Amino acid sequence: MKNYFEQYLQNPCLNYNLAPFSKRMQEYYGAFIMIAIGLGLALILSNLQNILIRKRFTERKVMPYESGMDPVGTARDRFSIKFYLIAMLFILFDIEIIFMYPWAVQYKQLGIFGFIEMFSFVLILFVGYIYVVKKGGLDWN
Amino acid sequence: MLFNLNALITLELLLPITLTFVFIAIYALLGVYAERKIAAFIQDRVGPDEVGYKGTLQTFADILKLLQKEIIVPDSADKILFWLAPILIFASVFAGFAVLPFMHSEYYVNINLALLWVMTIVSIDVIGIIMAGWASNNKYSLYGSMRAVSQMIAYEIPLGFAILGVAVIYGTLNINQIITMQSIEGYTWGLWNTKNYGGFFLWSIFQHPHLLLIFLIFFTAGIAECNRAPFDIPEAESELIAGFHIEYSGFAFATIMLAEYANMLIISLLSVIMFFGGWNSPLPNLGNFFLYHWTNGGLFWSSFWLLTKSFLLIFIMMWIRWSWPRFRADQLLQFSWKVLLPASLTLVIFSVLWKLWLHP
Repeated sequence: MKNYFEQYLQNPCLNYNLAPFSKRMQEYYGAFIMIAIGLGLALILSNLQNILIRKRFTERKVMPYESGMDPVGTARDRFSIKFYLIAMLFILFDIEIIFMYPWAVQYKQLGIFGFIEMFSFVLILFVGYIYVVKKGGLDWN
Repeated sequence: MLFNLNALITLELLLPITLTFVFIAIYALLGVYAERKIAAFIQDRVGPDEVGYKGTLQTFADILKLLQKEIIVPDSADKILFWLAPILIFASVFAGFAVLPFMHSEYYVNINLALLWVMTIVSIDVIGIIMAGWASNNKYSLYGSMRAVSQMIAYEIPLGFAILGVAVIYGTLNINQIITMQSIEGYTWGLWNTKNYGGFFLWSIFQHPHLLLIFLIFFTAGIAECNRAPFDIPEAESELIAGFHIEYSGFAFATIMLAEYANMLIISLLSVIMFFGGWNSPLPNLGNFFLYHWTNGGLFWSSFWLLTKSFLLIFIMMWIRWSWPRFRADQLLQFSWKVLLPASLTLVIFSVLWKLWLHP
């Protein structure tokens, strides 16, 4: 079974970009089935013992293992703000990377225009990065 | 109708998935054994030696032992998230294999956005890790998962920039096209015409010199993504016992370990695909010995070279693990944000300049 993308590779008369959404999604069907089967396999693997092995509960066994000490308090406590800051910076930079992927693929066609556009975008972002570094947003102590 | 099920659920689609899973499972079993033997060799020990010839059946014995264990769910744990986390971790890494080729033109899924697919789908396992850590209601696993997530998201940015540098050079994210380009282009470092020699001269790191630096960044960030030493602060055995998967036992634990070894394989396969010529032979033509043409193409040679190269990279990962001490958490994050990020951004800009003006 050839998907629409492979048909297009062999037959340039087909217009890939004007094809309906369902045809263009054909190439992803296999990947979606892979996700579904991966979920199923992991479900079977990680629940194998729940079926095979009889459970014996003891009070000590269901206690969280913290180096053999009795756990003090709960683990769901407040956490350092640094982690949230890192996560926010990650989102900023990751969105920037996602913006750059279509540009990178089309770069040869865009040429010098694409270069100047993206260079100014990266420059503005880099100024922001230097600001974060100078403010000590990435320091851990 | 979006899905035509009759056409889809065929042997053609199910067989590659089954083969991929069997391959990953066998690779993980042998990988654990290899890792223990390499560790033993580096530390001047014998390593596993009891079960089977020179301990070759040790991991099978370990799997049998894991199969006998019961899955203990802590009393105070969040039951649903605790149950869901290993499934999510494994499925996200397994889905990454959908677009990775094991042999020439024999694809399971051939999509244009293959590299982006791998990057996005594999990074979903960050969510699984934080679910595992939080649901366990164990201080060690919470610290482990917080460290793991902050590390993995920090190193994902250099990883993304490294892929971007390759995408700029080849103008595509399709793995098939990237590897084919590495058998067509023939100007080593833009200076010498080496098309007739073939072999390793055609690898992208020899075609474009800055890609060697991009590879180093990619590989470093990749090791950090796999949570392996020297970036194994999330799993630091001596401090956090095992980090986020401390409360997991039996096959739930085995699922997480399988996902980790599969993640290593994904990173090394991606390195081979983007930087080391994929399934193309590394042997150059020498005079009348057309080694490149003799050992290239065909199902056997393609998969042989692809897997040999990626197993060599996995060996280097294991070598690194047993040679360097682990970073401190603050050093680790600062290395990513203050060294790798500006370096990879600069290399992407250099890649752009190289593509536009410097390379013929």
